[in-house]
Amino acid sequence: MKQSGNILFSGVGGQGILLASELTAHAQLAGGYDVKKSEVHGMAQRGGSVEAHLRYGERVYSPLIDPGSADILVAFEILEAVRYLPYLHKDSAVVVNTQKILPPAVALGKATYPEDILSELTSRKINVVPLDAFAIAEEVGELRTVNVAMVGAMSNFLAVDPQVFLDVIDRAVKKPFREVNKQAFEAGRAAVYA
Amino acid sequence: MVFDNETKLWLSGNEAIALGAWEAGITLASGYPGTPSTEIMGHFGQYDGVYAEWAPNEKVGLEVAIGASFAGSRALATMKHVGLNVAADPLFTAAYTGVRGGLVVLTADDPEMHSSQNEQDNRNYAFAAKLPMLEPSDPAEAKEMIGRAISLSEELDTPVMFRITTRIAHVKGVVEKGSRGEVPTPGIERMPAKLVMLPGNARVRRRAVEKRMAAAAELAETLPENRIEAGRGSRGFIAAGTSYNYVKEAFPEAPVLKLGMVWPLPEKMIRSFAESVEELVIVEELDPFLELHIRAMGIDCHGEDIIPNQGELNSHIVKTAVEPDSAPELFEPLELPMRPPNMCAGCPHRGLFYGLSKMKDVFVSGDIGCYTLGFLPPLSAMDACVCMGASISMAHGMSKALGKEGEGKLVAVLGDSTFMHSGMTGLLNTVYNKSSATTIILDNRITAMTGHQQNPASGKTISGEPASAIDFEQLCTALGVPRVVVINPHDIDETRRVLKEEINSPDPSVIISRAPCILLPEEVRRKKPTYYTNLDNCTGCTACVQMGCPAVSWHPITPEEAVERGYREKQRGYAEITEVQCNGCGQCAAVCKFDAITRREEQ
Ligand SMILES: Cc1ncc(C[n+]2csc(CCOP(=O)(O)OP(=O)(O)O)c2C)c(N)n1
Repeated sequence: MKQSGNILFSGVGGQGILLASELTAHAQLAGGYDVKKSEVHGMAQRGGSVEAHLRYGERVYSPLIDPGSADILVAFEILEAVRYLPYLHKDSAVVVNTQKILPPAVALGKATYPEDILSELTSRKINVVPLDAFAIAEEVGELRTVNVAMVGAMSNFLAVDPQVFLDVIDRAVKKPFREVNKQAFEAGRAAVYA
Repeated sequence: MVFDNETKLWLSGNEAIALGAWEAGITLASGYPGTPSTEIMGHFGQYDGVYAEWAPNEKVGLEVAIGASFAGSRALATMKHVGLNVAADPLFTAAYTGVRGGLVVLTADDPEMHSSQNEQDNRNYAFAAKLPMLEPSDPAEAKEMIGRAISLSEELDTPVMFRITTRIAHVKGVVEKGSRGEVPTPGIERMPAKLVMLPGNARVRRRAVEKRMAAAAELAETLPENRIEAGRGSRGFIAAGTSYNYVKEAFPEAPVLKLGMVWPLPEKMIRSFAESVEELVIVEELDPFLELHIRAMGIDCHGEDIIPNQGELNSHIVKTAVEPDSAPELFEPLELPMRPPNMCAGCPHRGLFYGLSKMKDVFVSGDIGCYTLGFLPPLSAMDACVCMGASISMAHGMSKALGKEGEGKLVAVLGDSTFMHSGMTGLLNTVYNKSSATTIILDNRITAMTGHQQNPASGKTISGEPASAIDFEQLCTALGVPRVVVINPHDIDETRRVLKEEINSPDPSVIISRAPCILLPEEVRRKKPTYYTNLDNCTGCTACVQMGCPAVSWHPITPEEAVERGYREKQRGYAEITEVQCNGCGQCAAVCKFDAITRREEQ
């Protein structure tokens, strides 16, 4: 089992990154690791880029992932995956939601959303795992499960037993939403190696 | 919480501080919201046997906490770094009076300015106000240190400052549960020589301050929060707060002097540590505060010469600053469109700023809140922003500097919470000293920017109990404002008409731009019908796009596509509403002259 690791979550304010990182933190805690997680609140939430850093290991001091040392990047939007390139190393895995959300300058017609931007990662031999998390959420019947589908896909890269995640969802999610979130997790997990 | 068990909790620094305050027997907390301090108050208020409140500003909050301390209770005042500037007046003199119940003054600094207008390092206040200051490096320590702050405060008869930064406040970690200790019983006790600060008494207390700081410095030598961690190698580090974490990650083997108390400093401990290493490096975010005072002891060290004095650190920065050759090869960042925060879809502020954006000659003296985002393109309708409450006074200053030239051109904009915080005195001055500037209060019924805190105008207390809500119209009238006009900023035409009329008038009138924040729970529940685009009617005029709503996007097209879509050949694109993002304010429909935006029928 890996002794320590760094998981970076990125996306756009309002996409549910905090819950995704929270579920992952709890799963790692249940696995017996020390965990630290860093978030930015406030200004960052008004539709801007958001990120959460999660570090686990025997004893974690720094709450921040260093450039070049994110083992897994869980990106909820394509541009927000590529933006974090300097945090990656050649063995990083990038789980990316294939959704595009236009940044203001693009929505205003003052800039363009770069075409085929994921090739910036693949051309550097980074393992990119695209996932249509929105379609998964639609399929399980609850659009707000995009984040949990992403966690499911990411879980393939962790040594944690998936049951641990399901238990965490059981305890962390309100009853009416438990089942769909578990389905979204399973579907996200299955989608990666399907 | 999922992970929580009998002995351990998974908490943010702010949650841990709230718990620590409760365990330490603090019974009153007062403060004003401000990132990254805000969540402390809400969490603290949920414990039994305590009182928490939102004060209208940090000065009031600190004075409330001082009062509770004078009554014999343990008290906490919370604020963000710039809030301490507002509260500095009571702070410097409470340093003289000292306390009865323990008093903790918490400042949350924001290196990197994630959500702030400046990056000041509030450790300087501890030096300037002659107060002890503690600084934890993670949530677990933060919880414990609040208890230490209370005991030091009572032992040394002084307010104790408590500094956190964003990477303490908004970091989650594992925290050990404790139990609540003794809670002192408050009661009135008159001690005028200690509590009435006029020159005769203050001179006596001034000497007490020096004695107490000397005692604090002595205590610092044996305080468990200051410790030397032995290690290998000839290079030693001194660090506090989150900087300590970065040193531990970057140089796990090195000897470290970790300071939990950053003022006053344990001089003997620092000297003996410095003597034990060949090279001493002080690692600290922002100002070279420790370095300056350690150098003043005559100790040579590295610090600001290699460690950046701006922005946040991380272990990578620390490592490469100390050992430049160790820098790993990194992927270069790519040039990508930025994604700054934006006013939400349906935000009432947008209608007002849209109106202002159409008045090209007008200088908009701005203020701090969600509405500061009105500065961003495409609206670009804010020309200055300095600190909370400054909008009104700056507009007045400009009006006096410009005289006739400024008439019809000056407007101040500020939010309801900001007006309560520090706008009222400015408005009073504007009227009293006969300004020509117009003041606009953006009354969205809540303190939105920091996450929906109640305020004296919102009609509820922090716990959601009904409370008196200030009547802005009456208040402004009482301050002597000649005319108070209320508008609904979603009504674009009316807004533009009133803006023109009031800004052009030579007297200091007030416009209250009133509509609730779209994210308020009662607004979210009220689910308004959304709007959709009739693409056939769109002429590509971009009137709606120019409002900068995140639910409206522009799609460029080629002449061939234009023809294919039945548009004029030279139409360069069309606008479309993303309905799932639309909050139904209708502002875009109001500016569309071509009937291309329609409201969905209610279902
Ligand atoms: C002295 C000071 N205290 C606190 C803050 C943090 N802060 C920034 S904006 C804001 C609230 C603004 O609320 P309001 O004026 O109602 O505007 P809204 O965000 O609702 O539009 C606060 C508390 C600050 N910048 N300065």
